[in-house]
Amino acid sequence: MYRIVNKKQLNQFATLMEIEAPLVADKAKAGQFIIFRIDTQGERVPLTIADYNRDAGTITLIFQAVGQTTTRLSQMNVGDQLLDLVGPLGNPTHFDGAKNVCVIGGGVGCAIAYPQAKALFRESARVTVIAGFRSGEHVLLEEELRQVSHSLFITTDDGSYGEAGFVTTKLQDLIEAGNQFDLVITIGPVPMMKSVSLLTKNYGIKTLVSLNPIMIDGTGMCGGCRVTVDGALKFACVDGPDFDGHLVDFDELMLRNTVYKEIETHRCRLSEGENHADT
Amino acid sequence: MQTHKTPMPEQPPQLRVRNFDEVALGYTEEMALQEAARCLNCKTKPCVAACPVNVHIPEFIQAVVDRDYEKAYHIITETNSMPAICGRVCPQETQCEAKCVLAAKHEPVAIGRLERFVADWYMKNIKDAVIAPSPNGKKVATIGAGPSGLSCAYDLAIKGYDVTIFEALHEAGGVLAYGIPEFRLPTWVINYEIGRLLELGVDIKCNVVIGRALDMDDLFSRGFDAVYIASGAGLPNFMNIEGENLKGVYSANEYLTRVNLMKSYQKDAGTPIRQSRAVAVVGGGNVAMDAVRCAKRLGAETVYLIYRRSEEEMPARLEEAHHAKEEGVIFRTLTNPIRILGDETGQVSAIECVEMSLGEADASGRRSAHPKEGTEFLLPVDTVIMAIGTSPNPLVTRAIKDLETNRHGCIVTDAGMQTSIRNIYAGGDAVKGAATVIYAMGTGKIAAESIHRSLSEPPTD
Repeated sequence: MYRIVNKKQLNQFATLMEIEAPLVADKAKAGQFIIFRIDTQGERVPLTIADYNRDAGTITLIFQAVGQTTTRLSQMNVGDQLLDLVGPLGNPTHFDGAKNVCVIGGGVGCAIAYPQAKALFRESARVTVIAGFRSGEHVLLEEELRQVSHSLFITTDDGSYGEAGFVTTKLQDLIEAGNQFDLVITIGPVPMMKSVSLLTKNYGIKTLVSLNPIMIDGTGMCGGCRVTVDGALKFACVDGPDFDGHLVDFDELMLRNTVYKEIETHRCRLSEGENHADT
Repeated sequence: MQTHKTPMPEQPPQLRVRNFDEVALGYTEEMALQEAARCLNCKTKPCVAACPVNVHIPEFIQAVVDRDYEKAYHIITETNSMPAICGRVCPQETQCEAKCVLAAKHEPVAIGRLERFVADWYMKNIKDAVIAPSPNGKKVATIGAGPSGLSCAYDLAIKGYDVTIFEALHEAGGVLAYGIPEFRLPTWVINYEIGRLLELGVDIKCNVVIGRALDMDDLFSRGFDAVYIASGAGLPNFMNIEGENLKGVYSANEYLTRVNLMKSYQKDAGTPIRQSRAVAVVGGGNVAMDAVRCAKRLGAETVYLIYRRSEEEMPARLEEAHHAKEEGVIFRTLTNPIRILGDETGQVSAIECVEMSLGEADASGRRSAHPKEGTEFLLPVDTVIMAIGTSPNPLVTRAIKDLETNRHGCIVTDAGMQTSIRNIYAGGDAVKGAATVIYAMGTGKIAAESIHRSLSEPPTD
């Protein structure tokens, strides 16, 4: 069960893995996620489903080694098995018949933006993708994103690849140039999703953000993934993970995501010492 | 005759707050015989009627008196598939023991302790394999491997049904695994009971969320003749007060899951938990007691239990409240939180509370609590745990078209646990909201009986 059937290094930071999970592959839709565990002492880690193949019974995960578990996952190989994998969790993204959509991915968030763009492209919406990265060496899925969009723009913070600048600058340029987006979908670091949402609010463009807060079970039981949306308490796993970006309390979310930062940093330093892991 | 219950040996408080080992150590044979001799074996047997699964209590106690512990075990398991669990976690003082005729004048017979003795004796001394009955060709799915799903599965499996349990988490047990701590219900006890189910041929599929990975149509098209929904209560409640999303505020579900299911108290566990110094747990039920006692064991110096009514109204088992106090938990009853304060980094720094007074009893018979103006005060804490109940999980119910639920989101059933849809049954917390392990098991039994009756009837059209 949950055997790794394909592994690809997308760049020096991001890894793609195709994993056998027939039940999940059969029902997965854009926007949903899974939770996995590597061994009996392991933590449960959520990752968004980047792609799925219903015939082969596999799902694709794309991740960056940022914590202890994702680092260990990145060191696993084809033929290895994950101990547990449950999904698809969360609600699929509702596109509400949007016709002209701008999908904005930030960093490894592009892996999640990809299935959204793909789904919209298949539904014959006009799809613009803005993919933002720190620098050229972080760029991933460029070809894949090009195939599921009508226009693709790559931006890098340092200008080492594509256009120099942030995704928000590009988005603003496109809006000012007369693009009439009826929906913006943004996935990536919380500060980026916050900036995009602030910008689109000025233009009155509906904006969906995909949240990935701390969670354990992913079925509503633990309440760890609670976020404030329009002043109300929501659980990302049962009510989300997509929410209206104009209503999310991003500052609170950023704060809550750092709850275990000290413990994580400590552990990563420990494992770096042992494994020279790239974190 | 002996007017008091034979005392239960326990780990001393100063020792047990440093470990997660079981607190109550169980009767020795001598203690069990001494206690069993107190049962009057009365004709009316009010204890049996007060048990949600009607264990034949005087009969099994008589077997203990006769030193035939194997027989005692079989008498219990005629109606209760998980005696080692019930003997440990049932609120006997409000059920069987409350109706014991001895209780009018003295302490009641310690029925729960005797049940545990019999179950533990059997687990230790009898190694016979469970004999799986011959299959009857009918398939039933139960959703959730908690006490309700396990009990339903057991009752169906011994009748020859082919039972599959679908569990969302990576381990079976439900609240027994993620909620009740090791020091109250050791994992080996849960594993023993689950092992018996597996020997009976029950298939437990973990990591499958019904309502996401599979829905009812999938189950029926896979050949299941009936489905029992025992998905639990799910969503933790919060108070809706200021500061509840600060760093250091947990639901009891999250806190206990980290500790019990994910074993975050062990050094090599991958799941982190806060290193707290001062903890406030809000609530007065068993879950709140489990949370305060886990916090103590994780090394917190000061642990408050904040409850808005008085100790008399607390829904927790007496023994749990008693143990928590022995372990140094500070009870702040007639106290209610009004907000949680944080420091400049967003960490919890204090909880502001107000004193409460009790008014008249409401329709449910419980006295209402009212804040006393001008009595606000601060308790400096770095962690707050909300243990104020749960609401039904919408994942399963949302995925079933036309399933009738009440205004709280609980699934509506008839007395036989049949839902508004043919061949779909439900029980446990999914029906009642947060209740007890034994209630959940009781509804699982009733559902199993109903499913058996319905599936053995010739089809009528």
